[in-house]
Amino acid sequence: MRHMLDITDWSIEEINALMDQADEIIARPDDYADAMRRKKLASLFYEPSTRTRLSFEAAMIELGGHVLGFSDAGSSSASKGESVSDTVRTVGCYADIIAMRHPKEGAPTVAAQFSPVPVINAGDGGHNHPTQTLADLLTIRREKGRVDRLVVGMCGDLQFGRTVHSLMSAMSRYPEVSFVLISPEELKIPGYLRESMRRQGVPLMEVEKLEDVIPALDILYMTRVQRERFFNEADYVRLKDSYILDPDKMTLARKDLTVLHPLPRVNEISHAVDNDPRACYFKQVLNGKYMRMALILKLLEATK
Amino acid sequence: MNIDGIQNGYVIDHIHAGKAMLIYHYLGLDRLDCSVAIIKNAKSQRMGRKDIIKIDELIPIDLEILGYIDPHVTVNIIRDGERIDKKHLALPERVVNVIRCKNPRCITQIEQDIEHVFVLADRDKGTYRCLYCEVAHRNEEKP
Ligand SMILES: [Zn+2]
Repeated sequence: MRHMLDITDWSIEEINALMDQADEIIARPDDYADAMRRKKLASLFYEPSTRTRLSFEAAMIELGGHVLGFSDAGSSSASKGESVSDTVRTVGCYADIIAMRHPKEGAPTVAAQFSPVPVINAGDGGHNHPTQTLADLLTIRREKGRVDRLVVGMCGDLQFGRTVHSLMSAMSRYPEVSFVLISPEELKIPGYLRESMRRQGVPLMEVEKLEDVIPALDILYMTRVQRERFFNEADYVRLKDSYILDPDKMTLARKDLTVLHPLPRVNEISHAVDNDPRACYFKQVLNGKYMRMALILKLLEATK
Repeated sequence: MNIDGIQNGYVIDHIHAGKAMLIYHYLGLDRLDCSVAIIKNAKSQRMGRKDIIKIDELIPIDLEILGYIDPHVTVNIIRDGERIDKKHLALPERVVNVIRCKNPRCITQIEQDIEHVFVLADRDKGTYRCLYCEVAHRNEEKP
């Protein structure tokens, strides 16, 4: 049985097929309106994440299926100390597929070992969040027409940003992708990821300021830099504006730049950018739902 | 090599000096009735100093754990006073229930009754990662 725990468990051929499926759903939604009729998705959210949960639930409903589950650990058996393994064995008796969000890293991997039905990782602590990456990839492909031969800027907190790590791991497998990493010194990507890029021969450039490199980018993936993460106040004051995307910086960028953000944002993209046609972060939300639909279809087709 | 005194059993040779007691512990040799000899800081041409363990019985030995603790050891199998086999070890692909994940955010910290699995991520560096959270277990902490 197949699960979606980590994006790198899936080959690029399989990911491309998921994107083809999502494109197909977008083109002909009515053809899929009953695809999951009488099927049930259990959304087991051990911590609240309203956006992700609603995206999964909307995806299942648009396929003609139903949803059940819980939206935080307090209202679930977890608060009575039930293990993940017992919970999924129980829920697997009712549901056809499980989407799990858990604050502990690796919880969906445990779930997959015991579950009688496919498990989708809907975010496990700071570790993985593969359906966000699927949304990112589909948005890139729909905007650019390809996932290869791109210069991808990653901006903000690159040390703790799991969506950044996951997107880099996924995109590095496509030919001629290079990354421009824009972050303060203390928030650079972790060493293992840099080493993995080096082994694959993926070009990396690391800089401190967005304005220095924005003209070269095809994709700009923004993330938030939290003030607490800086070691010293002087650096924070010197650099904080470099990590805020505003209309001035957008004038330096290419006409066909694609701006992405995993959302929610705080102030790292100014609202004045929202109406710029290059701002694609709300399309990304919509594409996330379509990729979750494609994934549910794929995983349940594989169990037939 | 010197296998004197062993009729049927093992001579675990080329142990990194100082690791013999760790191996003694992890192979459960303290629970054996047969004679076990530990030689510490023996002179070695190749290694300078090494430890050796001799076990006077052909007990089942977990070569995976042994390979994990010290991939450079050789295991000589002795039968009727003769060496009948010599095994070179390597780092195993997986180690199960030998080390525990130290990442406080890992599911293994709260989930009961699951196997603690580490997967070899880099053979050259000897790096293992937790199957669940993928945090690396550093070699100097081992096991
Ligand atoms: Zn772990």
